[in-house]
Amino acid sequence: MEALLASAIGVLTSAGIYLILRVRTFPVVVGTTMLSYAVNLFLFASGRLALDLPPILSPDQAGYTDPLPQALVLTAIVISFGMTAITVMIALGAYLESGSDRFDIAAAPRPGDHGAPQDMRLSADYDPRREPGPQGEGGGDPHDTAPEGRR
Amino acid sequence: MGIAQPLSQTDPTLALIAALPFIGALFPGLMIRAGRTACAASAAAATLAALILLLTRAPAVMGGTMIEARIGWMPQIGLEAALRLDGLGLMFGIMILGVGLLIQLYARWYLSRADQAGQFYTYLMLFQGAMLGIVLSENVLLLLVFWELTSLSSFLLIGYWRHLPEGRQGARMALTVTGLGGLALIGGMLLLAQAAGSTELTEILARGDQVRESPLYVPALLLILVGCFTKSAQFPFHFWLPHAMAAPTPVSAYLHSATMVKAGIFLMARLWPVLAGTEIWFYLVATTGLVTMVIGAAIALFKDDLKALLAFSTVSHLGLITMLLGFGTADAAGVAILHILMHVMFKAALFMTAGIVDHEAHTRDIKRLGGLLSLMPITAAIAIVTALSMAGMIPFNGFISKELMLEETTHFAWAGSDLALPVAATVGALLSFAYSLRFIAHVFLGPVRDDYPHTPHDPPFGMYAAPLLLAVAVIVTGLFSDATLGALQTAAADATTNGAFEYHTLKLWHGVTPALMMSGVAALGGLLVLAFHAPLARGWAARGPFFAKDAFDWGMEKAAAAAAAATDRAHDGAITRYLAIFAIATLAAGAGAFAIGNHGPGSRPPVPVTTVDAVGWALLVAATLSMLVLYRQRLLVLVLLGIVGLIVSLAFVHLSAPDLAMTQVSVEVVSIILLLLALNFLPQTDPEPDPLPRRLRDGAIAAAVGLGVGVLSWMLMTRDFETISGYYLENAKPGGGGTNVVNVILVDFRGFDTFGEIIVLGIAALAIFALVEALLDGRASARLANWRPAAPRAADRHPMMMVVATRLMMPISLTVGGYIFLRGHNEPGGGFIAGLVVAIALLMQYMASGFAWAQERVRIPYHTFIGLGVLIAGLTGIGAWFAGYPFLTSWYDYFHIPPIEEFELASAMAFDLGVFLTVVGAVMLALYSLSRIARRTGEEVNVEAMDYDPSVEAPTGRRT
Repeated sequence: MEALLASAIGVLTSAGIYLILRVRTFPVVVGTTMLSYAVNLFLFASGRLALDLPPILSPDQAGYTDPLPQALVLTAIVISFGMTAITVMIALGAYLESGSDRFDIAAAPRPGDHGAPQDMRLSADYDPRREPGPQGEGGGDPHDTAPEGRR
Repeated sequence: MGIAQPLSQTDPTLALIAALPFIGALFPGLMIRAGRTACAASAAAATLAALILLLTRAPAVMGGTMIEARIGWMPQIGLEAALRLDGLGLMFGIMILGVGLLIQLYARWYLSRADQAGQFYTYLMLFQGAMLGIVLSENVLLLLVFWELTSLSSFLLIGYWRHLPEGRQGARMALTVTGLGGLALIGGMLLLAQAAGSTELTEILARGDQVRESPLYVPALLLILVGCFTKSAQFPFHFWLPHAMAAPTPVSAYLHSATMVKAGIFLMARLWPVLAGTEIWFYLVATTGLVTMVIGAAIALFKDDLKALLAFSTVSHLGLITMLLGFGTADAAGVAILHILMHVMFKAALFMTAGIVDHEAHTRDIKRLGGLLSLMPITAAIAIVTALSMAGMIPFNGFISKELMLEETTHFAWAGSDLALPVAATVGALLSFAYSLRFIAHVFLGPVRDDYPHTPHDPPFGMYAAPLLLAVAVIVTGLFSDATLGALQTAAADATTNGAFEYHTLKLWHGVTPALMMSGVAALGGLLVLAFHAPLARGWAARGPFFAKDAFDWGMEKAAAAAAAATDRAHDGAITRYLAIFAIATLAAGAGAFAIGNHGPGSRPPVPVTTVDAVGWALLVAATLSMLVLYRQRLLVLVLLGIVGLIVSLAFVHLSAPDLAMTQVSVEVVSIILLLLALNFLPQTDPEPDPLPRRLRDGAIAAAVGLGVGVLSWMLMTRDFETISGYYLENAKPGGGGTNVVNVILVDFRGFDTFGEIIVLGIAALAIFALVEALLDGRASARLANWRPAAPRAADRHPMMMVVATRLMMPISLTVGGYIFLRGHNEPGGGFIAGLVVAIALLMQYMASGFAWAQERVRIPYHTFIGLGVLIAGLTGIGAWFAGYPFLTSWYDYFHIPPIEEFELASAMAFDLGVFLTVVGAVMLALYSLSRIARRTGEEVNVEAMDYDPSVEAPTGRRT
């Protein structure tokens, strides 16, 4: 079992590293998620493996596995959700603002890039005041009708 | 009059005196609402209080008592908030607070309505506090802290007019030069403390011989002198001072007469008993002072800007004082002390006068002035008196110290020459005489002109009150020097020289002495120079650009360029490259440790493998590898990610971690929904694969790291270990009142950790909310408004089946959530998991019935959930205080309310409730924020839950 878990951790780590070295943001987000799995499993494994010994106190149980790594990993799982959420939002924001989902900053947009797709471009008759959505969503900036020119 | 061992006396009032300016710094910002006068008065009140308290201590200090106050701070590193007040500190304290008071009065009239007076007075008080701290410090480390504070607060003051580029540049230059000097000073002081074996000044000052014989003496001296010379604008660091003149005049008057530049002088005087008296001290300090005195005076003579003239004159006078301290005899040090006093009076007044001229005539260019005597007679009178004192004319106070200075120079031979010092000093005095007279003649005398930028006249009384007072002081202390200054000079010089000072009665007339003859030569020569000023100025101007400033600019430019080049090279924006470097570096560190480390085979018996385990493993590996091949198909990647997450959860179940399994599986659901929502607005695929070499390179790095982590995990798992968890297992029930040890650890033993973690989670959610808020306001908003989905949408977005099913499930899910929460203390579950489950139950409503429909039914904003959660958790922890226990100590008891069976209530439950609320709020806020982006793309808004409601005739609930 130890070998299986160790190799699984290794494979997950490899995948995570490979994905965070990609040049687009989405694989990087997935890669950090994979790394979180690997790290959480690793931390969990530091309490060693045990079958049928959950750390729930009960008189008819022979022993208990180490509860401390479990407590640490539990919060780590929740926190890594928060991290995934933030990174994916940053990736999304960067894409929507710049029109490119390249991860590296210096790389200038190239022909093959995901620029804003044609259907995302703004048409001449666009009027932000006609934006859908109720109040409180923040009105569009009427001056900001030509993002392509500013890029 | 020397006193060998000063008596000392503890007086906590001293700490109050030192603190008063800082306390006073709080008032102006508040009082500015009540007007500028109230603002200035509030600052002045603090200064005045400090001054009065200081003066009440004066008699004792002048009697030779040293007053101490001591507050323990960090005795481990020899840093204590120890203060001392002796003669030297008293003199400087009176100067700092007294002139400070006058400046506050003057600035009230000087600053215009457009200037933010509140800020100004706050900065001024901060600076005043820092200066006072320097002169009252007993501990040298404390002194260094205040020293740095003066550099920082003077930066704020010099750059106060931040709309002026000169102001900003001058402030930056002053900070660079004095800051670098401060750095050197820190080194020097630490060496000095090392050599003396103490950080307390009293101890250090008593061990002069020990320090001077120490091998650390020379490096310490050099570093300390760099600090002092930069601060006191000694050659070749003098160039920052004139640029600091871009500050408002009150600042210049304060910083460059009584305070900032005197800090370096003060420190040389303070450490005089320890450092002075050696040959290296004499040649370094006296020569630097002499050179600075002559060069400063020469430059001052040819400056047309009134403030620049005064600035270089200050440089020159500081050089004079430095030279006197450099001579190393108690007499010369006494003269230096005297000249510090004299200089404060006339120079502060002169700066304020220059400010008045600038204020009234709208120029301070000497070439555009002249003939102001009849237009502004009061100002002219003040200026003439104080400038004559600066020139060293009898009977004003400057004459006394200048005569004594000239006399001192005749007592020393410089490199074997008896004449070098007197001649050079006479030249300095001559130039000083010339520029002082020029200040009078070219500004106030001569014919009245008709081309002033603004017709000048005397300012209101408030503005000239301060310089007038100083001018009167210049006359009085000149005529009655012995009565007015004798005692103060004695006390200060005694403190400076460790009691070696012998008082000689101060008087104007000493008879025809060599010094008087040198003075005469200087006066005649000065008149001659002034007469030929115009041709001399032309010659001076032809001499080429000024060296020091250019060198500074050149150095700064080169340093900045080198830093930029290095940064650009290392930090080129290729984040993948950083990550690759990071991975390789970590790998190398691990491999290195592995190679040199000591490791034998593992001895722990392995856990047996079942078929199910092997299948799960194969699934996980297959899913992961497929992901690497298919990573460009992003939707597929998410499906594979779900598989991986599920198997990880199953592994937790199998390996005795039910809590982890529940958490992992619910987080998995939420993460996948989140990623799906985000992917909707990201490109669905990667355009082209990366080039093969790159893939091979990354593959190699990834494989190596994976191998390393895998082997590490395997080695870790196959070895036995000592755990600290025995304590938790034993005490979970008796101490924490729960049988689920993981949950008890989370909410009780390590509750503080958990508290921090839920705060992080809440911050993350709020950051996402803020990010979306910014996005919807910016360029992305317009882009989204014209968004067209890449794939066709489902015709029936809110199918009836799903709406009905989720609504039926809602109460059930919530009950499950509540159940998981309540049982969490004893069985797998708890706030984290319950929070995730409830969040999923709510999410189902959003997905099935639509965003708007669900959002309308949310009564409490999700922010509130987060805030409430953190608050409840925190308050539960604070509750323990009232029972007299530390933060987050938990409490529990059993209750019996018939007919329910006996149940348990623990305060940890309330803490877990906080966790629960924060998790619900954070998850929902994150997903809600993402959904708002979808709204912006113009997705249709439904007010009815179902797109087609069979109970109603026709669908009416749509609007676009």
